[in-house]
Amino acid sequence: MARIEYQKTKEQNLPAVTPNSRNFENDHKGMAENKLDPTTWVDAYADYLFNYAIARINDAEIAKDLVQETFLAGLKSAKNYKGDAAERTWLIAILKRKVIDYYRKSNSKKGKAEVRINYGSQTDAEGDWLEEQVADPFSNFEHSDIENEELGLAIQSCIEKLPKKQAQVFTMKTIQGISTEDICNELNINPSNLWVMIHRARTALMGCLNQSWF
Amino acid sequence: MISCEKAAIICNKIQYKEATFIEKLKLRYHLLMCETCTKFSKKNSQLTSLCNKAHLHGLSNKEKEQMKDRLRSKS
Repeated sequence: MARIEYQKTKEQNLPAVTPNSRNFENDHKGMAENKLDPTTWVDAYADYLFNYAIARINDAEIAKDLVQETFLAGLKSAKNYKGDAAERTWLIAILKRKVIDYYRKSNSKKGKAEVRINYGSQTDAEGDWLEEQVADPFSNFEHSDIENEELGLAIQSCIEKLPKKQAQVFTMKTIQGISTEDICNELNINPSNLWVMIHRARTALMGCLNQSWF
Repeated sequence: MISCEKAAIICNKIQYKEATFIEKLKLRYHLLMCETCTKFSKKNSQLTSLCNKAHLHGLSNKEKEQMKDRLRSKS
């Protein structure tokens, strides 16, 4: 008993050593690197998560809902966050569960999980050989899809590293395809300003993607 | 003869198909004598093709605002 008491006091006297313990986060708020800040989530990670989701779900509306649910779930379990993963990795882990749950739910109705193959029921294919419908072994569509998803996420995380304003202008222009005039009106800048920002963003992106993609 | 800064801006405009014909001519002329800008221009079009290849999707600002609102109401 006395020994336990001793250990307890010893622990109290020592400052928290592990970066994972909650004490540390409270004491050194400014120092802890992996700290949750839900107010910045949407601006910082929404596009990245959305790209991740849409590569797996293929439906923009559902993907958007899943991203929203991910943020809400993250907020709910923020107190369980131990700080040993980066914020984005943590959110991706939640999103992954959401995607799995989505497929589980949509397959739970009886019969939906079955794969049904129509053997040439189309009339114009009548008389054709089944062999012709076999997947082409030389096509590398699947492969390029995977590569493109990786590329998309790589670009997205490079955009995250840009200064906020540049990232905003670049996404609006390149990804959302909004016209120069509309962006200028919305952000209250003049066109030459916009082009300078685009230029800086593009140069930074080239540097960021340089190692692996050029 | 235009400066390299101007050339770069025109080059960026071309990536979004917003350069005028005269601007394009100016850039062509500049690229003939400036090696650095030629390299930049090449990389720039590469970046554009990468962005196209990646099929990037983005949420609009309005959708993001909605998300923020919903997050705020829950917290």
